[in-house]
Parts: sequence; structure tokens; C-alpha cells
Amino acid sequence: MPLRDDTGPIPDDWTRVEPGAPLARRSLLALEDAEARGEALEGVAPEALGLAIPNDTERARLAPWLSRVSLIAVAFPAFNDGRGFSLARALRAKGYAGRLRAAGPVIADQYAYLRECGFDEVEIPEALAARQPEAQWAAAAKRVGLAYQQGYDGRRNILAARAEARER
Amino acid sequence: MYRYDEFDAAFVEARAAEFRGQVARRLSGALTEEEFRPLRLMNGLYLQLHAYMLRVAIPYGVLNGGQMRALAEISERYDRGYGHFTTRQNIQFNWPKLRDAPDIIDDLAKVGMHAIQTSGNCIRNTTTDPFAGVAPDEIEDPRPTCELIRQWSSLHPEFTFLGRKFKIAVTGAEADRAAIRVHDIGVQLVRNAAGEPGYRLFVGGGLGRTPMIGKVIRDFLPKADLLPYLEACLRIYNLFGRRDNKYKARIKILVHEVGIEEYARLVEEEFAAMDGTAAPDAAEVARIEAYFAPPAYRERPATSALFERMKREDAGFAAWARRNVHPHRVPGYAAATISLKPIGGAPGDATAEQMRMMAEVAERWSLDELCVTHEQNIVLPHVALDDLYAVWTRLRAQGLDAANRGLVTDIIACPGLDYCALATARSIPVAQMIAERFTDQALQEKIGPLSIKISGCINACGHHHVGHIGILGLDKAGVESYQITIGGDATETAALGDRTGPGFSYEEVTGAIGALVETYLERREAGETFLQCYRRLGMDAFKERLYAAA
Ligand code: SF4
Repeated sequence: MPLRDDTGPIPDDWTRVEPGAPLARRSLLALEDAEARGEALEGVAPEALGLAIPNDTERARLAPWLSRVSLIAVAFPAFNDGRGFSLARALRAKGYAGRLRAAGPVIADQYAYLRECGFDEVEIPEALAARQPEAQWAAAAKRVGLAYQQGYDGRRNILAARAEARER
Repeated sequence: MYRYDEFDAAFVEARAAEFRGQVARRLSGALTEEEFRPLRLMNGLYLQLHAYMLRVAIPYGVLNGGQMRALAEISERYDRGYGHFTTRQNIQFNWPKLRDAPDIIDDLAKVGMHAIQTSGNCIRNTTTDPFAGVAPDEIEDPRPTCELIRQWSSLHPEFTFLGRKFKIAVTGAEADRAAIRVHDIGVQLVRNAAGEPGYRLFVGGGLGRTPMIGKVIRDFLPKADLLPYLEACLRIYNLFGRRDNKYKARIKILVHEVGIEEYARLVEEEFAAMDGTAAPDAAEVARIEAYFAPPAYRERPATSALFERMKREDAGFAAWARRNVHPHRVPGYAAATISLKPIGGAPGDATAEQMRMMAEVAERWSLDELCVTHEQNIVLPHVALDDLYAVWTRLRAQGLDAANRGLVTDIIACPGLDYCALATARSIPVAQMIAERFTDQALQEKIGPLSIKISGCINACGHHHVGHIGILGLDKAGVESYQITIGGDATETAALGDRTGPGFSYEEVTGAIGALVETYLERREAGETFLQCYRRLGMDAFKERLYAAA
């Protein structure tokens, strides 16, 4: 399914590996599968390992994986199910430094929020990509503007801009 | 009052441009109606029974004359020449067209207004005490806190697609005039034993189909911790709140299901792990507070001979002064309520001329400030006692002089079946019928403080659960049926009303209210209000008369 980040459409070099199936060069595993494989994953480099998780995954369950994987794909069952925003934010707060992917029917209008909460890329269904072509995502990615919240990625925040203006 | 700086202005302009683009993309089909829906709701645009409805944000109810004039203008240019002030301290326009919505948003932006987050599953407009900044019993002005929350909650990247809407109310006094205990989060300014200012926080209150009174989650939170703490509260709600059933998705259900102790534990754990970046720095707090510094009041004697004389000479003015004029912390000044509840009118409605008149009065006599109340009236917060008679005279010319603040005819009613797509019964005409029954000013004053609140369906926008008398309009096999509750209270002694029993037909409901009031008048002890009387006597005393005829 189409994948994009701030640079535009990008190839997906990850393979969603079925439970128990042989690993690929870079394997995206469901959390249960990764847990079930246990020691078999011990020698696998983080660059080759990713986790696909539902948006109601308990954060404690993810803790042991944060330094062992280089991709976490958070499922968005629907664009208006916003749990993934908080989950991403929480993973970043816990120090997760790998890539974060929003996987599901998120819309271009949410792109800035996704980035601010710590996502790097979005993977959307074909039909949605056809309806909201690349130009709309590019426009959303370019939309500059300041946000009021502090401690979120991406857009500069208004409070920092005000502080700078005070010093001028 | 707060005024946009360059950054606020740029933010609102960017949002207006984005919304214009979204409307265009909806019309082109790039956005489905399902996708467009939360986006338009985030901009206050509802699809109602007959047309779109646009709800404009009036942050914590405060606006100036120029903004009120702009609302009047919009109501004429794009609507039918009137607007409806709501229990959320906002204004709604009931007849705009979708294609006009971006232009309306642009017009609003020109006067520093917007419709951001007036609906949808996000953090809504923060509400507060309409006497904020002037109430003598205030510990601290709640408006700087409201403004901090307004900015923090505007297009919050994490909390814009919540499970359900989220409402925050703030009060600066022990006496709760902002109904904080029936909000998702209620914030009360308090001082601790050492005299330091901070907040007491309530969570999980709300009305709707499962009404609940909020519970204390923190007795004292240092002021600087407010935004991080709110962030923790919202994150736990966003992660753990139910998404399987929209009627169980509010935070009150989460708090109820896991228990306040468990919810508080999760929030405290989250809060403890935060790094503090969410808290604004002292300079920003000071910048906001400076906007709410007391305005330049003139030094005046504590009493006004003119005011006293006009009360003696004009009985109508005297009644208005008794009911609609409130104490002010500055000698020689008062706050005055403009009642939007004339007998026979639609509660909360104002025509364009009336809006212009209110703007003019505010500019001339209230230091250019107005505040919309959650009781659907308008407060002029800074009127000199000497000017009250002139204000009243001017208001009278537009029928804005009803002397009924807090009385039986000061009825709160949601739009109901006349406008609302969700309604199961009429509410405005019920309010009108009841008001007609109690037209007599002397009778109204004899009855004393009595709040009647009417909702046209179970969603409870008219806050009927917390009315001293609440009326809920339902549909029973195609016929309107009105369920009555008594004993509700939205203040610091918050309580949900108790159901009297079987409902009443549209024709019967006024008589039923009459029976309740008569019972009260007969059985009350000296100085006892309706609510106190009900709490003493209990339901049976009222039920007897209520159902006697049936
Ligand atoms: S209470 Fe019901 S009828 Fe009244 S405004 Fe709310 S949704 Fe509409």
C-alpha cells in the first residue's frame, strides 16, 4: 500500500511476515508473533526488525522492544480513531527513536498532527490514495504554521516564537 | 480582555484558509462526507434539520463591541438576521449555506474570532463564570487560566480525534457559577494552607444520557502544573476511553467504570513521567495575565444618588436593579445582566439590531466588554452605578430590559425540534408557554430564585438534569412527552434532579410546572428557596399535587 513521508512517496522495504513464517530482509511482525518467537529473534539486528501493533496495545508490553526494533507501525482502524496519536506520543516519550508509521485510512488533513505526535510516515489504502492524490499530501506536508503546544515535534510552537520576539 | 497577537492572528488565518480548502476538496470529492464531517465539525459546522448550523466560538464568553457588531453583520449577511446564544457561552447561526461558511469564517477572523472546536470530538470552548474579573467573592480571575487552556487546546495534535467531545470549565470562586462539576474537567482556583494559588480539579462530570457529577481528582495542583496535568488526563482518556459505543465514550463513563481511584492513579503515573515541556514559561503566563489586568476604572463613590433616586421613581427600573444588577469588586460599579428571556421570546435569541444595541451599550458604558453566560444571557461587567439608568433605558428600546435574571421566566432551553436534527420534542415553545404563565413581575419575585431548564432530547443541551426544575422532551409513540425532574443544581452544591414520575403532554406541562410552584409557595418556610424547600420536604410533597389531577 502507498507509503509516504516528508520527502514524498517512498518505497516500502519492509515485508509483513505472517506468524511463524520465515523472516525477510526487513520483517514487520505482529506483536504477538514477535513475542511468540522469543529467543529466535535474539540475534536479529534492530534494522531488520519491526513491529505492527494495534492502537490499544498496552505500553508496558512494548517497553522491552523499543531498543530492539527500528520500525513500529501503529494501526489506525479508522481515521477518526485517535488513540494512535497518544500511543505514538507515549512511545516517543519513552525514548523510542526508530521510525513510527501510521498504517490505515488516515487523511491528508491529519498529516501535520501525525508528524507532531512522532510519526515519520503514513501507509494508506490504495483507494484513499487515489481519492487524495500525492499533491494533497504534499500540500499538507508543506503547510507551515505555528502550533500552540509545547513538547511536540515538527511545527515550531507559538510560545517559543513569542519568547524569541520578546528578546528581539 | 485578551487580544490576539500576531501569532494568534496568523494561526486563525491559517485555519480559515485550511477550512476553505477542505470545503473545496469536499465539493470535488477528494474528501468523502464521512471524512469531511469531523473536519467541518471542528470548524463548528453542523448539518441540522433544515440547514447547516454554524457555531461560533466566544472564548469563555468574553467579547467586545466590535465583535458583537460583527456577529450582527454576519447574521444579516448570511443568515436570517438573528443568532442564538447557547449554554456553552457561544453563538449559533441556524441558516448559513455551506458555500458561505468559508466567507463567514474569514469575516470572523477579521475581528479575532473563529469557530474552531465548537463541535466535534475534541476539546471544546472553555467556559467560565460570567462575572469573572469583577465578582467580589473571587479568589482569582479565572480568565487567564481559560486563555491558557484555549491556546493549549487549539488544534492539539494529540487530542483532536478523541472518542467524544471534551468540555472544560473554570471558576475562580468557591460559589460555582460555571457549573464545573458537570463538565468533563472542572477547574477551581483555590489557595492551599500556605496561601499559594493553585487548582482543585474535578473529572468525569457531564450531563447527556448518563448524567454524572464530577469527582475530585486533585485537591491542590500548583498553577504551573496545569497544562501538563491536563495533558496527562486527556492522554489517559484518549488511550483508555471506550470507542465501541459513542454513548459510552465520554470520560465520565471511563471514570465511572474504572473508578476515580484507578483513573487518578493512571493520570498521576503519566504526569510523574512527564518532562515538564508542556508547561508555559513564566513570561508567557505573565503576558496573558497582563491582558486581564483590571481596566481603568474611574474613582467613584460607593453609592450613587442618581441610581437610588431612579429606583424610587421608576418601579420598572427598580425591579431590573433588584434582579439584574450584581455587586462589583470596585466601588461605584456594578455588573448588569441583559436578559435574553423576554416573555414570549426564544431563550437566548437576539436579533441583529439587539446585538448592535448591546455592542453600543458595552462600548459606551461597560468599558467595551460583554460576556455571554451559560444561562443564555449577556453580562455587562463594568457599569458605573451612575450609568445604570441610562443603560436600562437604552436596552428597553430594544426589549432587552426583562427584569428576570434567575427567576422562573429566566428559562434555559435548547433549540429542540424547531431546529435540531436530534430533537424528540419542542423546547422553545414550552419555555414560551411557561414564561407566559408567570408574566406577573410581583409573582416572579415572590417565587424567587428558580431555574427551569429544558432539553428537547436525551442529549441534555438544555442541562435539564441540573435545573431546579428540569424538563426533558421525549417522543412517546409519535407524541411529545415531557419528563419532569426537580432538585437539580449546577453549583457548588451540585445535584442531579429526581424524576417526579410519568411524563406530561405538551398541553399539560405548563400546568404541571404551576402545580410545583404552588406547592412550594404554600409549603415554604420563611426565606426558603424552591431548591431548599424541595431538599427539606422531599419528592412526595410535590408529587401529590402534581399528579392529583391526573
Ligand atoms: S438537547 Fe437534543 S434537541 Fe436539544 S439541542 Fe441538544 S441534541 Fe438538540
